[in-house]
Amino acid sequence: MLKTKKSFLDVELPKSDPRVKLIAAKIKKENYRQDALIEILHTAQNAYGYLPMNVLAFITRELKVPPSRVYSTVTFYHFFSLKSKGDHTCLVCTGTACYVKGAQALLDEIENKFHIKPGQVTPDNQLGVQTARCIGACGLAPAVVVDDEVKAKVTAAQINNIITTKTGVGA
Amino acid sequence: MNRHDLKTISEQMKTKHGQFKQKVCVCCGAGCLSSGSEAVLKKLQEEVKLKGKENEIEVVPSGCMGPCNKGPLVKVNPGQTIYQQVEGEKVSVIVDEHLIADRPIEKMVLFSDTREKPFINSQEDPFYKKQHKIVLADCGDVNPESLEDYVFYGGYQALDKVLFQMSSEDVIAEIKHSRLRGRGGAGFPTGIKWETVYKYVADQKYVICNGDEGDPGAFMDRSVLEGNPHRVLEGMAIAGYAVGASKGYVYIRGEYPLAIKRFELAIKQAKKIGLLGANILGSAFSFDVEIRIGAGAFVCGEETALIASIEGQRGTPRPRPPFPAESGLWGKPTLINNVETFSSIVPIIACSGEWYSEIGTTKSSGTKVFALAGKINISGLIEVPMGTSLREIIFDIGGGIPGDKAFKAAQTGGPSGGCIPAEHLDTKVDYESLVALGSIMGSGGLIVMDETSDMVDVARFFMEFCMDESCGKCVPCRVGTKMMFDLLTKICQRKALPMDLERLEELAVFVKETSLCGLGMSAPNPLLSTLRYFRNEYEDYVNKSQALAGTR
Repeated sequence: MLKTKKSFLDVELPKSDPRVKLIAAKIKKENYRQDALIEILHTAQNAYGYLPMNVLAFITRELKVPPSRVYSTVTFYHFFSLKSKGDHTCLVCTGTACYVKGAQALLDEIENKFHIKPGQVTPDNQLGVQTARCIGACGLAPAVVVDDEVKAKVTAAQINNIITTKTGVGA
Repeated sequence: MNRHDLKTISEQMKTKHGQFKQKVCVCCGAGCLSSGSEAVLKKLQEEVKLKGKENEIEVVPSGCMGPCNKGPLVKVNPGQTIYQQVEGEKVSVIVDEHLIADRPIEKMVLFSDTREKPFINSQEDPFYKKQHKIVLADCGDVNPESLEDYVFYGGYQALDKVLFQMSSEDVIAEIKHSRLRGRGGAGFPTGIKWETVYKYVADQKYVICNGDEGDPGAFMDRSVLEGNPHRVLEGMAIAGYAVGASKGYVYIRGEYPLAIKRFELAIKQAKKIGLLGANILGSAFSFDVEIRIGAGAFVCGEETALIASIEGQRGTPRPRPPFPAESGLWGKPTLINNVETFSSIVPIIACSGEWYSEIGTTKSSGTKVFALAGKINISGLIEVPMGTSLREIIFDIGGGIPGDKAFKAAQTGGPSGGCIPAEHLDTKVDYESLVALGSIMGSGGLIVMDETSDMVDVARFFMEFCMDESCGKCVPCRVGTKMMFDLLTKICQRKALPMDLERLEELAVFVKETSLCGLGMSAPNPLLSTLRYFRNEYEDYVNKSQALAGTR
């Protein structure tokens, strides 16, 4: 007989964890409706900062939807991430206006100092760099969001200082 | 609440506003907030209170005023004086000099750094003078977080008129008469769409507001949702009444947290006093609205993909017909319009379809909101009548190109649009003229490029976008965008052969004609339009590759 390894799908989440409570409450509020999956994933990502596999498994069980459905939805949308985005984040807008005004130079500068490309996190998990399609602040191009604070008209000479001042990383 | 209560609110607000001598609006749109306008608002309120003038001077947050790169902006009414880049000490100066001593400060007003003679009354400045604000009419004056303030500016009067003086057919006839066309980009006549949904018989119909503004470089919907959310809500309710829907959804991008917050608040306020919910204003009409938050997929701007996303699925489009008007959300007849379209409904009902149809050109009536950005002196949000030329938009309103550089191209329609070169600057902008130039109106993003922009790289930028955003359902788009991107990269790396250019053109036409949805069908547009107008740049690259190959 095949020996089945215990799957991550069967791992229970600690019920006392406030983040789990938050997700459970959201699922209840949405009346266990399967079509509320995206809303529930938003709540989960807000709570954890990303979507760990065991959290997806929890949602799968609660909503009674196949794991494939949850996984395919998560991977379809850019907003959802299966990996930690880092303790601090720097999001460089690469929309058209920011592109025209030199967003690439900012990314190059960050890579020079922190050795991370978009989507990567420093080995100590301190800083993650991401890009966005367009944050809609085109009048302020090129725009960067450091830990939820929008920085306008950022130049390549400023970018690393801005990150360090705001987050303390790389000081 | 009933009709009488609406009038009471309006009158109460009139009395309340009547007490104040001056109204100071601090722009709290996303652009100005990023420049720190929230602190300015707080400081202004404190200073006014400190001087004991809080009963004479009202300080409120407002929506977008337009020139986002000059923020934070502060407007003083009466007089429409706008101050730019207000921060620190400037706040006290405005309070002491303008508000108390009534001496507007010329050296601090909008464009005082660039114009020889700036205008104290902002509306006389060329930036505003050439504009015609209908969708954005109260944006920048009305407090987006107050329903009462919206009612004071005439809000919910159109809904009242519709519910008690007009039948569904009347409303649809009025919209048809206005010749309003969908502002999402494709320009389908709104009245006809409404009529189609109205004619289907079903136990349940839906109204969806498409606020999934995915075009990079576009922020019109964002500013409207943030600056005047009740206007959109009222437009949706009118649409619901016209087509016979009792439930509405607003799909807003997850990247716009402020728009989501303001719209949530607007729904809550409207529900609380019975402007949403059962038996609105005491009529037989019931309508409810829910927000759905997008999760970052450009393809979800396509209507069938958006519907799939609201249903909690992957946002992949499906073939049409059946159109959503027949079988949309959960298989029910569904009306789906863009944010800007819904915002145009209220003025059409309040004034008339006739009035609206006289603005703009014969084929495209009304006004269009554009988001100006890129290499331009004044970037921000503008609204012009259809038929305004690109030259007027870029040079008269936008103030031209910084650093005396030469204009090279204007990009409209985002990744689905194209680049319009200098020789077509005098084109009157409407749906047809832009298509004739190989671009599209799109949702209204307008990015200006100067002589330093490399057009092949621009095409590559957009192709990379489409490749990433292709949902993968149909082969032409999934594989075609990847192949075109690889070829463009090859050209940029100077490794291309002359035949690569031919292959690229062939592929572009193929993808355009065989893709399932609008994303794939329009993905080659930036490539095709740059090939059409800037072919020499492509050839330069290829020739350089040849020369390089010779030396290898």
